[in-house]
Amino acid sequence: MNLGPHAAFILVSYAAAIVVVVALITWVIVDFRAQRRALGDLEAHGVTRRSAEIKEPA
Amino acid sequence: MALIDLANPTRFLVLAERVLPWLMAATLFAFAIGLTQSALAPDDYQQGATVKIMFLHVPSAWLGMFCWGLMSVAALGTLVWRHPLADVAAKAAAPIGAAFTFLCLFTGAMWGRPMWGTYWVWDARLTSELILLIMYFGVIALWRTVENPSDAARVVAIVTLVGAIDLPIIKFSVDWWNTLHQPESVFRMGGPTIDKSLLVPLFAMVIAFTLLFVTLHIAAMRNEILRRRVRGMLMLQARGQEA
Repeated sequence: MNLGPHAAFILVSYAAAIVVVVALITWVIVDFRAQRRALGDLEAHGVTRRSAEIKEPA
Repeated sequence: MALIDLANPTRFLVLAERVLPWLMAATLFAFAIGLTQSALAPDDYQQGATVKIMFLHVPSAWLGMFCWGLMSVAALGTLVWRHPLADVAAKAAAPIGAAFTFLCLFTGAMWGRPMWGTYWVWDARLTSELILLIMYFGVIALWRTVENPSDAARVVAIVTLVGAIDLPIIKFSVDWWNTLHQPESVFRMGGPTIDKSLLVPLFAMVIAFTLLFVTLHIAAMRNEILRRRVRGMLMLQARGQEA
């Protein structure tokens, strides 16, 4: 594929798109793991959500 | 399941768990088609191969504006109906919208330099798009500044609805003022003016980017619900320690 005399501008654009998309995907995955870990730690310390407490039989 | 049932965060988490793998697969498939079509697309008779930047620039521009539109609907949900997921949707969308608006401006600059001879001009289209990016940064900063999420949601909702004025300005700026940016050539009355050989790959990339946005947005909403649960549990724990 011949990108012509302005190949650098095209390649930089596609590289930027890859960086932005990978950054967004990484942010979502890292954040998900962090929240799940925090929830797990709290549950391990016996902290439950108010709604979970209500649902539990007396 | 009625649509209103999805307003329940727990049900939303269950639904997200089910649909996310399918959305990821659909996004990958759409990008495989879109990128192949873009690579095989012919050069433009005037712009040469730089027209390939359009396959990134137009979807990014569309998503930058679509995302603010979605946040505006969510803002109505927060202010009028106090929908439980409305502010979650708005908060999760802001960083994604900012990223695509930045990509739109960056690819526009990369396209502008070889075609116009400059990376940037203060014309109406470019300036209104830059204002959109600054508004995204403002909204993200507001979410981080106000500690209570429901207080932040109301402030952000008002700012978002006021900021929505920028959307028609971006869209019609090329019609209302003389700009270096070309007039509308895709989403216009009377149909697109772009040749089919370039239009088909462009739409394939628009679909791929939109699927990516939906996937990221649902995943980010799931994270935000979990973050609020963590916050609620930490507050319960703190109250328990005080008592």
